[in-house]
This record gives sequence, structure tokens and C-alpha cells, in this order.
Amino acid sequence: MPSFSSAEYAAILLSLKVASTATLVSLPFGFGAAYLMTYCRFRGKIALDVAVNLPLTLPPVVIGYLLLILLGQKGFIGRHLLEPLGIRLIFTWKAAVIATAVVGFPLLVRSIRIGMETIDPMIIKASRTLGAGWLDAMFSVIIPLSLRGVLAGSALMFARALGEFGATIIVAGNIPGVTQTIPLAIYDYASSPDGDAMAMLLCLVSVVISVLVLLFHEYLSRRMIRVD
Amino acid sequence: MELRIVLQKRFGSFDLDMDVAISHFRTGVFGPSGSGKSTLVSMIAGLERPDNGLIQLNGETLFDGSLDMPPDKRRIGIIFQHPHLFPHLSTQGNLLYGLNRCPADLRRVDFDTLVEVLQIGHLLKRGVNHLSGGEKQRVAIGRAVLSNPRLLLMDEPLSALDDTLRFQIIGYLKSVCETFSIPFIFISHSLLEMRLMADQVLNVAGGRIIGSSSAEELARQRLGSSQVGYINLLELGRSCEAGTLYAYPWGAARLLLSAGSDRDNSIAELSSKDIILFKQHPEAISARNLLQCTVRSLFSSGRKIGVELECSGNTLISEVVQDAVTELGIAPGGTVYAAVKASAFRMLPG
Repeated sequence: MPSFSSAEYAAILLSLKVASTATLVSLPFGFGAAYLMTYCRFRGKIALDVAVNLPLTLPPVVIGYLLLILLGQKGFIGRHLLEPLGIRLIFTWKAAVIATAVVGFPLLVRSIRIGMETIDPMIIKASRTLGAGWLDAMFSVIIPLSLRGVLAGSALMFARALGEFGATIIVAGNIPGVTQTIPLAIYDYASSPDGDAMAMLLCLVSVVISVLVLLFHEYLSRRMIRVD
Repeated sequence: MELRIVLQKRFGSFDLDMDVAISHFRTGVFGPSGSGKSTLVSMIAGLERPDNGLIQLNGETLFDGSLDMPPDKRRIGIIFQHPHLFPHLSTQGNLLYGLNRCPADLRRVDFDTLVEVLQIGHLLKRGVNHLSGGEKQRVAIGRAVLSNPRLLLMDEPLSALDDTLRFQIIGYLKSVCETFSIPFIFISHSLLEMRLMADQVLNVAGGRIIGSSSAEELARQRLGSSQVGYINLLELGRSCEAGTLYAYPWGAARLLLSAGSDRDNSIAELSSKDIILFKQHPEAISARNLLQCTVRSLFSSGRKIGVELECSGNTLISEVVQDAVTELGIAPGGTVYAAVKASAFRMLPG
């Protein structure tokens, strides 16, 4: 029975770190996008909808490559924004976070949006006539009533983030101890002659974490149905 | 209370155009569904934006095309057809929602008094999902009133309730608004509700205000066109058994009804169609009530003639056709006998 070395532990911890950071960073943006698409009428709504959902259908490698072009030293954001500030993203764990966030974003927005759409719009109107401004109504009515959607979306995005491979390997590389997450480590072991056992073991870890997260998600969705 | 409204709103083929000043404490807006009543309410409350117009409440401009005060600043409460309570808050949390958002110097409604008037003290700690339909609507009333509105809009607040609850809630609505002297606009397609709730009624159809009258006048105007005729509302005292029937005091008169009641005061409905007029005292009739009346006035409505009768200090409206008026020689000041069957009365629940 093979056992983990520090590199494997590092990969597991890094996976959890990247996935949770990506989820947390995306939450306010995901909430904002879902809010806009549920409650606001504006021009270009369809464009926003398509843009948010695009990563769901694009190959992650494409996303990774586009991010590399955008954020790299010659890229638009890389050259004009990051370089003057002295920030280097490419081939760091932060790049993995960004790649993961973009890929998982649609799942988050979808869940929050479903949560918001189950709220009776008249309840929000009632809160407004009772003296709540729109921001107040958001915090006192919309957030509490869409909380399960937010949590379910976060769980889904977290699970997706743990498995992110294609976009991450392009923008963050596969550097053991620095940017090597569980899927990247499995990829390494699978392509080395005697790495089968270790690959299997990491797969097992991956399955266990995913199952736990999905159980949590399922539990939330069931409660959501029961309440409504 | 002075509410000035000039509103234009067009959506699809519907076109709303209203211009009215409302100053009555208890105003009704009456009209069929789709006539623009709810749109009017939404625009007054600031939930919907008019295309054009002016809304002024007590001299303060709420909307004038360039200015559009948000609903939370207008201090106009709404009671909707359904309670729309906050499902994540307790009954108390719902009640306090508006109160907590009302500036301290504008608070006039006392929480404990309101809870007592609405009889919801035992519900305070409960989650709103465990309340019955009538309880929910009472909490919704309390929530709106506790936000200390300058004006309360009631948008068909009774139409989702069954008959028994309807009249209970009418009682609560009236007593709350009287206790805390909150002027209201009551919207409904029910003429009966109008007569119980409103003094002055705006008659609305097809997005226009087609008339303004007292609820009583409106009911008389509609005598001829209504299928049920004019409904007399008789305030009766406590009943006592009289053989197989029940005797009720009605002013100075006494009526025999087939239904009993254990309340001190009740209201009975009697359609103008169920009153038969005789020129002379009939010898013997099967109808158990025979009232000597004086004709006060006649009015025509459609093809019918309404006869306003005075009966021991009470008023009664009967309907006849023109031929009957001529044949019986019914004229103001004359005497007639009104016969009513004991089973023609319908007690209002509540």
C-alpha cells in the first residue's frame, strides 16, 4: 500500500485552497450577476447571459488559453494593469484560482438565480412599501430567501473547481508544490511508468471529497423544495 | 388626506387615463377585473411608473414625470389580495418589519394596541407558514399598519377569503383604520364590500373613472342592471324564538326570519326583488312579514323602478316595473304594504 509523500499532501491542500478561494471570490460577482439577470431589465441582458454561461460549453483549454493571452506579460491586462502594479499571475496558484473561478462561475450563477426566481416578487414589493430601500430589501429579503440557492451554487462550484484541469494547466502550469492540484498530480502519475497506485489513491481522495460536497448540495436542494 | 392623481399609462392595448382628487377618509375604487384598479394602486404606491402624470399626497409631490419618489419613501401602505408575508420571519418579525423602518418621530401606531385590535397576540412567536388564511391576512394588515402609513391602499384584500373570513376581516380593517385614524383607499369588484367599507366610491371601467358617488347611490344606480337587484342591508338586534321562526328587532319594527343567530347585532341581506308591494292590506298571505310603509321616493334604473320605502324609521328599497307603479298608483307620500318571506333574508356571516 503506497502512502502519500509531502507532494501529494501539498496537492490535496492546494486543491482545497484553490477551490475554496475561487468559490469565495466568485460569490459576490455571482450574486450580482444573478441579481441583474433576475430583477433588472436592461439592454444587453442576453449578451450577459451568454457571457456568463459560455464557460459551461467552451472547452476549459480554450478558457485557459484565452486567459493566458489576456493575463500574460504581453496580454492586455497583463501589460497595462498587472505589470505596472508589480503583480505576476501566470504560473502561480492565483492563476489557478482565476481559471477555476471562470470555469465554475456559470454553475454558481445558475443556482443563485434559481434560488432568486423562487422568491415571490410580491414579497419584495411588499418590503419596498414597508419602507425598505432596494439595498435594504436585498439584505433583508432577497439574500435570506435565496441563501439556499447561494449555498447550493457554492457547493456545486467548489466541486467543479476541485476537478479543474484544462484551464489550470495552461495558465498555472503543473509545478509540484506550487500549482499542482489533485487532477494535475494524477495526470503526472498516470503518465509515469509506476505511478498507477498513487494515481488510484488520489482518485479515491477526489471521489471522497466530491461525494461529500454533492451530498451537501443534494441535502440543500431537498430542503429548498420542501420549504417552497 | 388630499390625494391628487393625474395618470396616464399604456401597455399593450390597455390604456389608462385618470384624473381625480381624493379627499374622503374611506374611499372605494370599484370596477370589474381588468379595469385598471390594481395598476392605479401600483402607481400610487410607486411600484409601477406612470407614463405621464402627477401624484400629490397632502401637497407633497410623489410623482411628476421628472420626479419619481421610490416606494420606500412614500409612506403609503398596501394590503394585497394575498398576505405575502416574509416566510423567513416570525409573525412578530413580520409585524415589526415596517415599524423598524419608520423614523421614530413618525411612529403613531402602538404595537400592543394593534396586536389587541387584531387579536394576534397568541401568534407572535409562530412562524408565518403555520398560520391559517385569515390569521395571515390579519398579520398582513398589522404589518402594513405598523409601518405608520399616511395612506393605506387595500387591493382586493378580501377576494381570496371565504365568506365567513371576509366579514371578519372587514371588521378588523375598519376597526384598525378607525383606531389609528389612517385614511384608506379600498379596491374591490364587490359592491357589497364597497358599501361596508367606503363612503365615496370611484367607479372605474376600461382604465377610466366613469363616475363618483356614494356607495349607496352606486348600489341604487345598479339596481336595474344587477342580477340580484339592490341588496338591502338590515341591521338587526338580538333574535328570540317565535314558533318555528326567529323574531328580530329592526329599528322599531319586528321581522320574522327563518335563520337564528346568537349575536347581539347582525346584518341581514334582502334583495329588492324579494319584496312584494300591495296597495291595500292583503287579507291573508303566506309571507310572514307584512310591513306598512310610506313611499319616500322613486328612482329609475334601467327598465326597473326602485321604490324607496320608509318603514318604522328604517329604509327599504324595493323594485317594481313601470306598469306596477301606474296600476298601484305608487307615488311619494303614499302608503303601501311590503310583504317579505321569512326565508328571503340572508344573514351575513361574521
